[in-house]
Amino acid sequence: MSFDSPNLATLINGRDILLDSIPMLSLDVLADTMVAAVAAGQRVASMFAVSTEDAQQAAEMYVILADDHQSRLFGARARIEGGEFASLTPRCPQVQLFEREMAEQFGLKPLGHPWFKPVRYRRSWTGRDAWDRPADQAILPGVGDFYSIQGDEVHEVAVGPVHAGVIEPGHFRFQCHGEQVFHLEIALGYQHRGVEEALIGGPTKRSMHYAETLAGDTTIAHGTSYCQVLEALGGCQKSARAQSLRGIALELERLANHVGDLGALANDVGFLPTSSYCGRIRGDFLNMTALLCGSRFGRGMIRPGGVGFDVDDARLTELLHRLDTAEKETASAVNLLWDTPSVMARFEATGPLPRQVAIELGIVGPAARASGLARDARHDLPSGIFHFAHLPVSTFDAGDVFARAYVRWLEIQQSIEFIREQCRAMPSGAAQVAVGELAPNSLAIAINEGWRGEVCHVAITDGNARFARYKVVDPSFHNWSALAYVLRNQQISDFPLCNKSFNLSYCGHDL
Amino acid sequence: MLKIFVARTQQGHRTMKYPDAPPPAMPDRFRGRPAISAQKCPDGCQDCAQACPTGAIALTDKVRIDMGKCLFCADCVNACPERAITYTGDYQLAARKRQSLVIEQGQNEADLWAALDARLKKLFGRSLKLRQVSAGGCNACEADVNVLGTIGWDLGRFGIQMVASPRHADGLLITGPVTQNMELALKKTYDAVAAPKIVIAVGACAIAGGPYIDHAEVRNGAEAIVPVDLYVPGCPPHPLTILDGLLRLIGRIEDGTRQTPQS
Ligand code: SF4
Ligand code: SF4
Repeated sequence: MSFDSPNLATLINGRDILLDSIPMLSLDVLADTMVAAVAAGQRVASMFAVSTEDAQQAAEMYVILADDHQSRLFGARARIEGGEFASLTPRCPQVQLFEREMAEQFGLKPLGHPWFKPVRYRRSWTGRDAWDRPADQAILPGVGDFYSIQGDEVHEVAVGPVHAGVIEPGHFRFQCHGEQVFHLEIALGYQHRGVEEALIGGPTKRSMHYAETLAGDTTIAHGTSYCQVLEALGGCQKSARAQSLRGIALELERLANHVGDLGALANDVGFLPTSSYCGRIRGDFLNMTALLCGSRFGRGMIRPGGVGFDVDDARLTELLHRLDTAEKETASAVNLLWDTPSVMARFEATGPLPRQVAIELGIVGPAARASGLARDARHDLPSGIFHFAHLPVSTFDAGDVFARAYVRWLEIQQSIEFIREQCRAMPSGAAQVAVGELAPNSLAIAINEGWRGEVCHVAITDGNARFARYKVVDPSFHNWSALAYVLRNQQISDFPLCNKSFNLSYCGHDL
Repeated sequence: MLKIFVARTQQGHRTMKYPDAPPPAMPDRFRGRPAISAQKCPDGCQDCAQACPTGAIALTDKVRIDMGKCLFCADCVNACPERAITYTGDYQLAARKRQSLVIEQGQNEADLWAALDARLKKLFGRSLKLRQVSAGGCNACEADVNVLGTIGWDLGRFGIQMVASPRHADGLLITGPVTQNMELALKKTYDAVAAPKIVIAVGACAIAGGPYIDHAEVRNGAEAIVPVDLYVPGCPPHPLTILDGLLRLIGRIEDGTRQTPQS
């Protein structure tokens, strides 16, 4: 199904557009257009507010819609006067967190929002508070209303922010009846360190480092998105070589994390062989990234205009050699999972995410693909090397923990093949070129398929070509709602397993 | 079952021999301890300090680099017209004193090398239980702390273990710049650890704020909230840097010994 509307500007991934070419709609028309677009199969990739000159009186709302099947992106905007707008969440649930974020950052009230809570527990950027809290009242993370169920036999379990393992902080509230979970609500914001706000006025010498640390395990996907935004605004043409090297780094990032996740899933069902092997092999993939750039997480690899490190033949040969070994060892470790009945019994039918729910919540990445949605930015909205190298989209339809694990295994095999092809046919060209002057009064968008799913960066420049707004959407921002959903009617003891099957980022959400 | 045995044989024994044998080879592009050749600096040049994203370089009478603030990004190296700064492969960066992380040309390296005092060493030298607190940051530091638990590193063989509760812990291992939203949780976790206790700050964030230094939302590192006994620089530190710091802290590596990785 295709949806075209004169209300929407067509955007191109990795390109910029003058702000004036983006239609300014009324809030009502924007809302109706979004509902129609989503009904026709599009999804909301990003939605955010931008300050206007009279920030106390008005703000602008921007919406980015993605049509995965038609490989198209659209943008529109509307002016919000007087600090409030009608919430679209009742008609389009996938915007629920975006609206709460706009409220928290800009003090804009989404009237009629069904669950109107803070996102990161902080003061607004504008001094206006959407919850009318007094200025001298401390805002404490995780403090406020939680969905609760009353009854003699119902109890509540609260976990976090400090958890038992070496993981990031978050607060989880389970409403349970015995072992059975009726509802899970997740409160985040503990990792909030103010990055989006700090990006305003940039680019500065810190911007690249902010991008690399938005979510440390997604350094390459976020770093690439940031650089593509700059390159779009600067009209910069990177070499094919730089694009290929970026692609290799992106797939190595996917490999390390997917292999690590399969090991962690094995650990959560007490199957130690795969857990130990994958834990170690994950390190081998991280070390391959370090072979390229000296950092296991790819710090320094992606730089505006290309890559920070070139490779010679000897390095590529070494990479291919290590890849061969890791491929064999990964297969031996991972295939044990599917052959072990005690593992399969725990994976199958645990934490199912129905396809329709995944659509309504706007889920991305392996989690969406495991629920039968063919959504993969490398395929649908390709940028860089993925214009030329076509990866098949791996899907599965069960939507359970097994499906999320198995999709990762399919992707591991494809990523290895992709890297091999790139290494064998590495194009020539400069590792890095100059970016050029950035365009003023423009919007640039970059979308990449990180290992968790779609990473979306949007920059809006002011008249001096500085960032008037820089909007980051980590895939976790979309997908936390899926984790909360799949816990319904599960055993609370399956929470770690369900959680690992998504393995979402707290810092990528909290920014 | 047979397949499990076959896989077991294929995967082999993987725990490294270090510290009884040389540590594993570091990547050739690894950026460890910086080396400064200030005699190359042109008069009045400020290029490195201006390029540094975190203000880690001070140019007064000497060139000083604060490894506690440093992201090991090499922006300064690329900005320097004379290549007066280089990043060496030296991974042994951890220090007991904050001031020891500020390095200058020809500096005596000895003060990087102190273990815990005799009393604490006696208590923790053979068994150190740590509660990890992630307090902001990007989660890469946590990831490379976690790696020490994998079979290749096997932290447990040194009697060091990450435990689930501060009540079971001898100290905290803190990552992240300490966001405002984690300040209270960190304080409570610290208070819940029985004395005597130690604190280890891992990564640029936990030492000085990292890339987020001076943001209103962060407290520029663990030290603003709790006393720190060991600083492990890096963004993130290599697992070997963290392990080296821990082993020296508990006296498992002799003070003053340098260890060269396999080549
Ligand atoms: S390597 Fe360290 S000192 Fe040099 S620019 Fe980066 S953060 Fe600053
Ligand atoms: S020090 Fe660097 S790697 Fe560690 S949490 Fe901070 S930003 Fe991430």
